[in-house]
Amino acid sequence: MAQPKVLLLTGYGINCEEETAYAFQACGAQTAIVHVNDLIAAPKQLSGYQIFVVPGGFSYGDDTGSGNALANKMRHTLWPELMAFVAADHLVLGICNGFQVLVNLGLLPGDGDNSFGSRRVALIANRTARYECRWVNLLAAESDSVFLGGVSSLSLPVAHGEGRFFAPPETLAELKLRRQVALRYVDAEMQPAQGSFPANPNGSFDDIAALCAAKGRIFGLMPHPERAFRLNQMPDWPERLALEPDSDWRQPGPGRVIFENAVNYFS
Amino acid sequence: MKKTTTGHRLEIFFRDVDLDTRGQLLRDRLNSLELSTVIEEVWLSELYTFEGDFSPARLQEAADLLLNPVIHDCLIDEARPLHSAELILEVGFLPGVTDNIAHSAAETLADAWGAPLEIDQGVYSSTIYYFKVAAALTVEDRRLVGRILANALIERLDWKERFRYEADQGMDCIIPRVRLGAGKKVSLVDLEISESELVALGKEGIIDHCEADGDEPCRIVRRGPLALDLPSLGAIADYFATVEKRQPTDLELEALAQTWSEHCKHTIFAAAIDDLEKGLYKTYIKGATEKIRQERGADDICVSVFVDNSGAIIFDDDYLVTDKVETHNSPSALDPFGGSITGIVGVNRDTVGFGLGAKPIINRYGFCVADPGDQEPLYRSAGGQNQALRPRRILDGIVDGVRVGGNCSGIPTTQGFLTFHPGYKGKPLVFVGTVGLIPRKTKAGRLSHEKAARPGDYIVVLGGRVGLDGIHGATFSSEALTGGSPATAVQIGDPITQKKFTDAIVKEVRQRNLYSSITDNGAGGISCSVAEMARECNGCRVDLEKVPVKYPGMAPWEIWISESQERMTLAVPPEKWSELETLLKSRGVEALVIGEFTDSGRCQVSYRGEKIMDMELEFLHNGQPAKRLLTKIRPSEENHIFLPPLTEFSLEDLFVKMFKRLNLASHAYVSTQYDFEVQGGSVLKPLVGSRQIDGFTTVVQPLPESAKGVALSQSLYPAISDLDTYAAAATAIDTAVRNLLAVGTPLSHIALLDNFCWCSSDDPERLWQLKECARSCYETAICYGTPFISGKDSMYNDFRGFDRSDQPVTISVPPTILISSIGVMPDISKVRSFAFVKPGDLLYLLGAGGAEIGGSEYLALLKEEDLATSEAQGQVPKFVPADQLPLYTRLQEWTAAGNFRSLYPLAQGGLAHAAGKGALAEGLGCELEIPASERPDLFLFNEYPGRFLVSVAPELGAEFEKEFAENSFTKLGRVRTDKEIVISQNGETSLQTTVSTLLAAYRSTFVGF
Repeated sequence: MAQPKVLLLTGYGINCEEETAYAFQACGAQTAIVHVNDLIAAPKQLSGYQIFVVPGGFSYGDDTGSGNALANKMRHTLWPELMAFVAADHLVLGICNGFQVLVNLGLLPGDGDNSFGSRRVALIANRTARYECRWVNLLAAESDSVFLGGVSSLSLPVAHGEGRFFAPPETLAELKLRRQVALRYVDAEMQPAQGSFPANPNGSFDDIAALCAAKGRIFGLMPHPERAFRLNQMPDWPERLALEPDSDWRQPGPGRVIFENAVNYFS
Repeated sequence: MKKTTTGHRLEIFFRDVDLDTRGQLLRDRLNSLELSTVIEEVWLSELYTFEGDFSPARLQEAADLLLNPVIHDCLIDEARPLHSAELILEVGFLPGVTDNIAHSAAETLADAWGAPLEIDQGVYSSTIYYFKVAAALTVEDRRLVGRILANALIERLDWKERFRYEADQGMDCIIPRVRLGAGKKVSLVDLEISESELVALGKEGIIDHCEADGDEPCRIVRRGPLALDLPSLGAIADYFATVEKRQPTDLELEALAQTWSEHCKHTIFAAAIDDLEKGLYKTYIKGATEKIRQERGADDICVSVFVDNSGAIIFDDDYLVTDKVETHNSPSALDPFGGSITGIVGVNRDTVGFGLGAKPIINRYGFCVADPGDQEPLYRSAGGQNQALRPRRILDGIVDGVRVGGNCSGIPTTQGFLTFHPGYKGKPLVFVGTVGLIPRKTKAGRLSHEKAARPGDYIVVLGGRVGLDGIHGATFSSEALTGGSPATAVQIGDPITQKKFTDAIVKEVRQRNLYSSITDNGAGGISCSVAEMARECNGCRVDLEKVPVKYPGMAPWEIWISESQERMTLAVPPEKWSELETLLKSRGVEALVIGEFTDSGRCQVSYRGEKIMDMELEFLHNGQPAKRLLTKIRPSEENHIFLPPLTEFSLEDLFVKMFKRLNLASHAYVSTQYDFEVQGGSVLKPLVGSRQIDGFTTVVQPLPESAKGVALSQSLYPAISDLDTYAAAATAIDTAVRNLLAVGTPLSHIALLDNFCWCSSDDPERLWQLKECARSCYETAICYGTPFISGKDSMYNDFRGFDRSDQPVTISVPPTILISSIGVMPDISKVRSFAFVKPGDLLYLLGAGGAEIGGSEYLALLKEEDLATSEAQGQVPKFVPADQLPLYTRLQEWTAAGNFRSLYPLAQGGLAHAAGKGALAEGLGCELEIPASERPDLFLFNEYPGRFLVSVAPELGAEFEKEFAENSFTKLGRVRTDKEIVISQNGETSLQTTVSTLLAAYRSTFVGF
């Protein structure tokens, strides 16, 4: 299959669907932005796609816990179809609020390779108790994530109020053992952030920024790769231009590889 | 816990209190309040109160839906054990206040249970704080703590000591349902009354009822001000007596008051003033735009100006960009959070309500407040009653409101500023703006900026429901805020409800061509939006009982003028209604037909079959008697500054202190709370360089395949306004325009927005200042060829109250003109920041300056340091915009060629601030030589407009000096390899500091905010 089909969810406050769809398109995928109510009305359509994306946003305004209300809605209405989707050789991506939804749905980290549905970790209020929009450095952990193939480090923006990763100690140990920790926050010198702000922008336990499951086919991360897709989205773009006036704004940014990896999985 | 038959309480809290960081940070914040004791710990619980019948099984299901089992414990109808907590506080909303958390909770329950809650069921949210204290809190302590944690205007605070909590088995079960008296009827209003009674009617409103009070004569209770003066009431009385031959209904009078209000009709800007028969708006603002458009001919960038909810200019062949900047000052003084969130989501609707519906793509903000360290109390009422919120509390609240409103809506908030001035203590200014993007034509081939309701179209309202929110705006009494009566004065925005219909309209409905016209519901609610759209087809007929309401018992006039947020009004052809209704329903958006547009020439409203409004549209819109205003010159005093001898202070000391000033220090704590990256288009971000230094201009790329960018900036000079409003406007326009030039925007593609925030606008001297300011807008805009495309004014920003010793005080804002600029740059590859990027680069000051420091930050600092007398005013810079054009033209050629390494358009803080920030951004030092003829402090700190600090690669130095030979420039020095900032004169070091010293100073002021 050369050109995978991507379903990106929207509705109820999801707000990053267009730029995320653009990223997939630019990497050669076909995309469809589907309102959650339309998916619920015809859940079988999910089987016509290879990549399912819950984009970033503010579903239900983060009320009752970020991602919780949308996860509840999906659990009640789409669970069998979601299980069939992940059982097949498909990809699932959750970015920011989408990651929070996947965690609340129990798709991440899951319970073993093929058991999903229980909540085992949480993304809670940032330790600053404040919304943080800033760029962070990330180091790929040893994981099976399909999305991070060939990636060692990344610079991406975060923008969230509730991104502090928490897991009970025994769960955390298991995640590491099962290679499910995908990205960690590091400082400018690529050294572990060790919980310190702002390198670790939210106080995540063990600096964890991303998880994967199902042999790396399900992937969730707090940072936004779609916002670092082109060079001109990078925070040093104006200063880069000052030194290299001929820089091409269309050149890839560090986030692009995540979408390329997803699309290339099906080639 | 007191058991009740009608309520249940579900309390959710962290199982491991170490995760409760909100409590830990709150503890630290409260301990900074100078309490009489120490708060050792604070624990929080989130509480949901369920009203009505819920079985134990249902409550358990609700708990499972609302909590996270990984981290939370919960209790149902059971008190949380106190452990070592001694004091407990519950904060919940008063009846009728928008409760977004409860709204989402109810929706998630409805999703799970397959049906919405019953009519007699409800969910309400509140928060409980448990305090472990070293010693008991005094009454004053509780007051201080309470002021941080709640706003008594919209929230209840219930305190319990440990013994009471234990005796009661917990907090009380309080259900804030709105209960209104039944059956409020429409009444007729007699206008054949004495003049004094008419004055009372206009100022205090229609008589609602009389309250008996023992043997005293009954007390008349009025509904709140109509703000109609005697000539207006006379015209209304005349119209009803001669044309309609009957008395007006209360609803008609309220509707006229809304439509004719300063807020809606801008009577001061519309009125004839002195010799200007057409008034300030038509002569100076619209007049400037018309003249510029005429002169530009085929190169005109304006497409839709002053006619719609936003103004629009050309983006490219296929798209328009829209812009609008609003103010929300009075509500933000009362409830800063509610005021600013309502403001930002409100101006988002001015985008969705532009043309056939533009997509909001960028938010702007600007907050003008007093020194947040100012602890001196102010009271709205005599006798120490009704204390006004302190500046810090106001600042925190308005920052939060725009954060929640902007972030939840998925609109990047890139552009904004904070300005501090003592005049903003009584009333803050809260500016909120939104830029939109709309295809020039719809798929059906319609021009998307044109719209018109047609006779026979359904009147459709969609979005949120109508409550008593915002009726009569700021006119509330504290009595009205107790018991079952809703807090009507303040509204809280609900961004998610709005996000749902915004997505539906701009991403789906607009393309399907399902409506003829659309507008937003803002001030005056549907009374204004429907009557405004009715002008497009000349008539409307409304069945008011069809308007969806939040709770029963509202009077018809309340429904008609309610300003409940998150609503749009559409004109929908009947044959399109079913498709629209189905689509909106599937998007979770409530929409209802409430009447139809007609061509009767009349605005007709009925309620349950009874006709309650029936009058000519012409009179409703144009019946207001014309006003004539007279101004009086405000004498300017000769005032010289006696500058301190240079030996009396350390230049280095003042240089560093300038970077700590409220207006010049880092405000990054605000910009990093706002999502400036969503939608993926940010090019020049709010913070510049690896050290994240505050910028003042941002660039966004709205379409990922196009190199075009939208550049935005803002400028205001309230301290100059104090002295000279003409200069303030000219300087602000110059700065707002120059900021865009500096990032590579051509002068030919820049437009302006004006926001006048004035004070005491009945005072002829203030009106003269206003006229001077507007004249300056006209002359400066024409000089630069930058048209105004939208504007908004707010004329009465005065606080009248009492101080600590019960003496009356009036605090007026400085006459404030905010100029916002929007430009389209052809190529985002030409953007530059102000960061010095390479050691050895040459530094030049471009443009001619002067030595006047009236209205400058430097003069304010000299006063604070006792180096100048407190009366010193000085002269404002003598600035002639026309002199700038040759420089700006040459500069554009250089930015288009990409020749500059960096550009800093000088503004507050002058050259010193520009050089310092340029150095800080990438942590590179610099050295500057002050010309021998200049007094060093004035050279460094004067705020003369029209200038840039630029850096140029050494190999381009000669070419630069040749190219700009005819423009005034000063060669200053160069960027250094090390991190030293060295400023010298005649070869001797005048000051020397390091990047790290300066950065620490710059970041120090707002630590802990």
